[in-house]
Amino acid sequence: MTKKIKNLNLNFGPQHPAAHGVLRLILELDGEVVEKADPHIGLLHRGTEKLIENKTYMQAVPYFDRLDYVAPMNQEHAFALAVEKILKIDVPIRAQYIRVIFCEIGRILSHILNVTTQALDVGALTPSLWGFEERETLMTFYERASGSRLHANYFRAGGVHQDLPKGLEEDIAKFCETFPKIINDLESLLTDNRIFKQRNVDIGVVTKEDALDYSFSGVMIRGSGVPWDLRKSQPYDCYESLDFKIPVGKNGDCYDRYLCRIEEMKESVSIIKQCLAKMEKGPIKSLDGKISPPPKAEIKQSMEALIHHFKLFTEGYRVPKDEIYTAVEAPKGEFGVYLISDGSSKPYKCKIRAPGFSHLQSMDYLIKGHMLADVPAVLGSLDIVFGEVDR
Amino acid sequence: MKNLEDLEKKINSELNTKINNTEIKHNQIYIEIDKDDIIDVALFLKTNQDSKFRQLIDITAVDYPENNQRFELVYLFLSHEFNQRLIVKYSIAENEFVTSLTSIFPSANWMEREVFDMYGVSFKDHPDLRRILTDYGFEGHPLRKDFPLTGHSEVRYSEDQKKVINEPVKLEQNYRNFDYESPWEGTKYIKEEIENNDKKN
Repeated sequence: MTKKIKNLNLNFGPQHPAAHGVLRLILELDGEVVEKADPHIGLLHRGTEKLIENKTYMQAVPYFDRLDYVAPMNQEHAFALAVEKILKIDVPIRAQYIRVIFCEIGRILSHILNVTTQALDVGALTPSLWGFEERETLMTFYERASGSRLHANYFRAGGVHQDLPKGLEEDIAKFCETFPKIINDLESLLTDNRIFKQRNVDIGVVTKEDALDYSFSGVMIRGSGVPWDLRKSQPYDCYESLDFKIPVGKNGDCYDRYLCRIEEMKESVSIIKQCLAKMEKGPIKSLDGKISPPPKAEIKQSMEALIHHFKLFTEGYRVPKDEIYTAVEAPKGEFGVYLISDGSSKPYKCKIRAPGFSHLQSMDYLIKGHMLADVPAVLGSLDIVFGEVDR
Repeated sequence: MKNLEDLEKKINSELNTKINNTEIKHNQIYIEIDKDDIIDVALFLKTNQDSKFRQLIDITAVDYPENNQRFELVYLFLSHEFNQRLIVKYSIAENEFVTSLTSIFPSANWMEREVFDMYGVSFKDHPDLRRILTDYGFEGHPLRKDFPLTGHSEVRYSEDQKKVINEPVKLEQNYRNFDYESPWEGTKYIKEEIENNDKKN
């Protein structure tokens, strides 16, 4: 007797805790083996690019917080750099250090979230409880500098919004002393953990060639052994003057990517320490009154400052006609902004290149032939955040 | 090639019939080509030993509604080997088809789907040209300049029909776009004086 067997279609998400957001993944299963994966995205599409076209350059910044919302300031950085390059303005050195400190804090925020929730997906609960405590501390740093824990709106073309409050530098320095111990604790739970290794080693292997073909960047390409980091290869702000290493994986599997992230957190701590040591008092935004708004006290005294303030917050500053692509090394990979300005105070076009978009695209390639239970492990190690994938 | 100028020369000499214009700005090369040559140019950039643009970073389009050739397609390439970025552009009219790059760069798949979704540009030989970011059954192409910011329809759960329904957008207040840009940009003679001073310094 012959029985006809047909493949099973399984709907994974959009409301699934391991989908890391609103991903609808349609899986074709042959028994427990995944034959095909078709991700349906766009459930969180908010039309960011369209909205930015209708806002002034300064009003566009908050939209970048809402892309990859676990590391908001890294996105703002890309936009600020793009505008600065078109305007040809210099950023004061203190502002550069502040920006780098907060970008690295963003990197730690993102990597803690990713490492611990991926562990959660494969069955380890404790890391996420320990990791989230540290994230809370880091988010209070965000709050003290910018006024909000998540959606900072802190970076500006030409610097940052305001100087760090008293005592913050010391507190960040203290955190840098205690945090490496927490990383070691996390590692003691995961790195040699038999279950964690069984779930991650040799899962979702990406070869060097495929990593290039699928437009991978960030940890996804470094995990496969390509030493490529924009902070080193195309340095921006003050990264050139800092001393840090780029961790590179060997096998390109989920476990190597996990190790890269852990090492990157350690490097980030060292970068923050160096910045704190090198930082000196000074201006924190461009001194050009046509671009950065005057201090409040000055508005009471100076007519010029009042006019600047009024023009900046109504019309905004004008950006000469030009086009540029700028990219930064966000925690998830190469985050880029392709900006076209037309001489007015609003961008003509602002295309956002999100690393997660190309990573998620390769889901079918990564998961084909794996077991159903590997789907969350692979998805976790891709480091997907739907704010940026769907834009 | 290490040097951008050398690469520009090399591209111009190897592909001279296919290149309309090249320019170096912001440390990136901008190349303008014709729409039919995209496959050849992309293949050359990817495989040539002196360029090795192995990664396609992104594909996007720009809408210029006042032009005859309404859309400008933009391809961003990256070469790890030589640490260079290159941007390829060409213009097409509204109903023209464009050749898909999926055979050369698999990652072009979703990028082209996004351009199709957002601008309505169709790609020939694309394996799976569906909408990607917008809702199932969405109409229109949101990033076109003539698409209103508030959209055409909104979604809500209807208590009467016990299901999610689409309705035309109803707003208490329309989106207001204030025109702050004053035509007054400073008296001409002051501007000239400032420019002269800048030159002296």
